[in-house]
Amino acid sequence: MTTIPSDRPIAASLRGAFTAHRLNWMDVGIWVVAIGAYFVVPTYLSLGTTVLIMILFTLSLDLAVGYGGIDTLGQGAFFGVGGYASAYWALNVTGEPISGLVVGAVAAAILGIITGPIILRARGLTLIMLTLAITSMLEEFAVTAKSITGGDDGLTGYHILPVLGLFRFDIYFRTAYFYALIVLAIAFVIARIVVNSPFGLTVRGIRENPVRMRLLGVPIRTRLIGLYTLSGAMAGVAGALSAQVTGLIGTDTLTFLVSGNALISLILGGFGRLYGAFLGAALFYIFSDRAAAIDPFHWLLGLGILLILAVRFMPNGLIGLTEQFQLFRDRRGGRGLDRSGP
Amino acid sequence: MSDILQTWAALTFNGISFGMILFLISSGLTVTLGVMRLVNLAHCGFAMIGGYFAMAAVDYLGFGLLASLPVAIVGTMIVAAVIERTLFRWVYGVTELSQILMTIGLAFVMVALCNIIFGPLLHALPIPGWLTGNLDVAGVVVSTYRCFLIVVAGLIAIGIWYVVEGTDFGARLRASVDNPRMARCAGINVRRIFSFTFTVGCGLAAVGGVLGSQMLPIEPFYALNYLILVLIVVATGGLGSLKGSFTAALIIGVIDTWGRYILPSGGGFVMYAIVLVVLLARPQGLFARA
Repeated sequence: MTTIPSDRPIAASLRGAFTAHRLNWMDVGIWVVAIGAYFVVPTYLSLGTTVLIMILFTLSLDLAVGYGGIDTLGQGAFFGVGGYASAYWALNVTGEPISGLVVGAVAAAILGIITGPIILRARGLTLIMLTLAITSMLEEFAVTAKSITGGDDGLTGYHILPVLGLFRFDIYFRTAYFYALIVLAIAFVIARIVVNSPFGLTVRGIRENPVRMRLLGVPIRTRLIGLYTLSGAMAGVAGALSAQVTGLIGTDTLTFLVSGNALISLILGGFGRLYGAFLGAALFYIFSDRAAAIDPFHWLLGLGILLILAVRFMPNGLIGLTEQFQLFRDRRGGRGLDRSGP
Repeated sequence: MSDILQTWAALTFNGISFGMILFLISSGLTVTLGVMRLVNLAHCGFAMIGGYFAMAAVDYLGFGLLASLPVAIVGTMIVAAVIERTLFRWVYGVTELSQILMTIGLAFVMVALCNIIFGPLLHALPIPGWLTGNLDVAGVVVSTYRCFLIVVAGLIAIGIWYVVEGTDFGARLRASVDNPRMARCAGINVRRIFSFTFTVGCGLAAVGGVLGSQMLPIEPFYALNYLILVLIVVATGGLGSLKGSFTAALIIGVIDTWGRYILPSGGGFVMYAIVLVVLLARPQGLFARA
């Protein structure tokens, strides 16, 4: 099963793959907006931090779904496990934040290494069901094992020390916002390097045609498990960040809704393109926060209609729209699609 | 009969009746997934719509439960046929992720509209007097209504089995499920068969929604809350296999009921664990198509 609409000319895809160093307006624009938001709407930094964390989470999902073709509805498992691990770390070992992120990443990666070989035996709907079953089991476990996870109340009451011993977390989320932004930037660079590396190209090859990749001698299972684990670790960091800046981690992180919302954001933004995660998650979480504050049910109605129309009119997501615009502009400028980049 | 045995017999009985409801709701979905490879996450919404049609018939027209059932079936089938002709036509043949996005959007719209029209409260449809109370079956006390459920759902299952296995239409449906291209070559209008089956499947879901309202109360979030359960039934049973869905629904109904008795706080842990094992052993489901 292929999940990527392969309507892009091969030359264009190849160009994208081999010009990792090339910067376009997107590379600058998004980060300018992110930093600008800090100064323009300083009262919304709490929401802003949540959005940044969810972008990171959606980005991790893009690695699995967009690049590996692993259709998962269980990404919330990594988010939750990362969050719980870092909260546990802060409660019992130290409140130092960066080591907490590492702990979250490692815990989620371990989950990925354990569950990866299990779920990657399947494809399609069975794969979706397996990821869903694993997440639901973790959720039931978190609710049941009160002594470890705090049950329905979740884990709270831990204190996070200043970042690098310098920047104290404040109630205005100033530190949290930049902390999340820097972690996101680092994760993005890693993701971009990975998807353009030989490893990234082989997983894309597996997504497009597993049989051929096997004939070429690529160890398919190992590569996919590697990708799944990496994606899980990144989601674990997102969970750890969330636990650290909100001071709370609960069983709601493990519900189907968390994974589902991230998947919606990703498809809305456009998958397999990294920046799709930025556009989709920002749009989805800002809108859902604002609209839910007004009326949750009308928000659901609006979102539903938006999703239906999105599938009808922009099958490649928001980022697909910008690409179409780019194409249009290139044509107007008399330049061919497969020009070699500057 | 000892107490423990009685308890377990009663639990199994309740599990079977729950499984029957799950089967009614999931039977349409398994065909949708099997024939047109359409991942329809809005399927539970049709069961919910059926429930609300019945509720409206009970509240405004003064119908009883059984009289409201035809209203629910016909109403849901009309809604389903209209949606199939308009919205779903857009997403045949697009990627699974797009189908997921579209149909979950549809489910959201259903949730929001039902809340706006009927309000956020939970509803269970009233049971007629002659179905209340308990029966004593060989020393095991069971509710009359659940007996009635099992009988009705059993009859419907037999009806489905007869239509699929014994009629000309069933033969064409099976051909379309097994090999759509070949079926088309043999002159079968797969599109029309699918439209018809989809509509009937939604009607069956409505029956499940109406009759099961004691176990799965009608509420706006019905469409999302029971979605996973129904998807699990379909995946465990094997896509496109009605026999598989029937078996899986019964097994999951019984195991879930047992699991919640053994581990009350753990909820569905036991069920998810079993589903995991089944899907690992047979990734294509219990009764995979050849």
